[in-house]
Amino acid sequence: MNENRYELNKELAQMLKGGVIMDVTTPEQAKIAEAAGACAVMALERIPADIRAASGVARMSDPKMIQGIQDAVSIPVMAKCRIGHFAEAQILQAIDIDYIDESEVLSPADDVYHIDKTTFKVPFVCGAKDLGEALRRINEGASMIRTKGEPGTGDVVQAVRHMRKMNQQIAKITALRADELYDEAKNLKVPYELVEYVHKTKRLPVVNFAAGGIATPADAALMMQLGAEGVFVGSGIFKSGNPEKRANAIVKAVTNYQDAEMLAALSADLGEAMVGINEQEIALLMAERGI
Amino acid sequence: MKIAVCAVQGAFAEHEKILQQLGVSYIELRQKADLNNDYDALILPGGESTVQGKLLKELDMFDIIKKQIQNGMPVLATCAGLILLAQNLSNDTHTYFQTLPVRVKRNAYGRQLGSFHTEGSFGPFEQVPMEFIRAPYIESVQENVEILSTIDEHIVAVRYHNQLGISFHPELCDDMRIHAYFIEIVQQTSTS
Repeated sequence: MNENRYELNKELAQMLKGGVIMDVTTPEQAKIAEAAGACAVMALERIPADIRAASGVARMSDPKMIQGIQDAVSIPVMAKCRIGHFAEAQILQAIDIDYIDESEVLSPADDVYHIDKTTFKVPFVCGAKDLGEALRRINEGASMIRTKGEPGTGDVVQAVRHMRKMNQQIAKITALRADELYDEAKNLKVPYELVEYVHKTKRLPVVNFAAGGIATPADAALMMQLGAEGVFVGSGIFKSGNPEKRANAIVKAVTNYQDAEMLAALSADLGEAMVGINEQEIALLMAERGI
Repeated sequence: MKIAVCAVQGAFAEHEKILQQLGVSYIELRQKADLNNDYDALILPGGESTVQGKLLKELDMFDIIKKQIQNGMPVLATCAGLILLAQNLSNDTHTYFQTLPVRVKRNAYGRQLGSFHTEGSFGPFEQVPMEFIRAPYIESVQENVEILSTIDEHIVAVRYHNQLGISFHPELCDDMRIHAYFIEIVQQTSTS
């Protein structure tokens, strides 16, 4: 991958900022998402809540199904591959996908190695619970980061935890003396150059979205106020009573995340939110996959 | 001078950073109340045109901004912004402000694998760095539209009175000549 390609891939993520990326499983859902104001869609066979319910091995979606969604909408289409499954990623690149999510939501294919994303032309987004994970993924070639959250639960607690943790670690690195950065790089298990970048710029080198458990306009506003540059909404939309209305409201909440009066209006009368499950009730913590 | 940056979705912060470096003050337009501020010009940034167009309409900002552009307020529109200004889109039934008499093709270079970097001339400037991200290009222009840049036989930047429509993203590069060129248009407009 040449340097220009990586720049172009980071820049596509910049264009998604201030937007909502929605999980969809059919061309019809993709059209609803686009009409509701999604800035991109994530094409997958089953949304995380159903993956969790079905258990078993969750894999990359059928390329034909993804292509059906690509044909249905004009906005970028993303798709998930398993952690470490570079052959799935090669297939997604071959069907001209706009972004690959190397995702803990699917069953990991490799319990040690992530994909060497620098060998691909298409961009990758990866999940991270903390700054070390984020910088390791970026070092492997990820051009966008998202919190891992806990997909399919409708419980935002982990996304909040991951975002706060990353912010705290960035603040800490910013405050360190230059000669302390080497040891911090060792602690985080990441290259010195990335720590130095964070020290100088007070931010990640790539766009950072919130993901996992976001189910309401208030959840989206919370994550934006905590510093997310946009949000992924998975099960929260198409597992709710009125997907179209909820999707619309979350899109507007991301734009005007600091206007409580508007958020109140957007939160009203949305129908049933996804029921969700609490973090403590989950047998399988997907965020623990691939650190 | 104050410039209003449309901030409903997309890469508006990148434009703001360049305005900062040029010493120009700006405000963000996120909702109707923001339109009550005084400002001399508009920037429509990159992002997703479908999202931005929809939000501008549903947040009740669309008609006011359209009137401002029609009344001659200078506007710099990049990528999605160009789509919002275009009179016609060749591959989409949606249209938005329709104040720029050109026909634009959305996602004209294909998906992300078609995104590219190049350098080219832009009006008076040579070797301008250009980032094309799932970019549109301009298929045809009507009379009085000045073509500022053409890459591989496709029109990628035009000026029509005070409207600058650009397929690529000058806000993603360190080269600030295009923004400075726009600021000059704003200055000329406000003094005339």
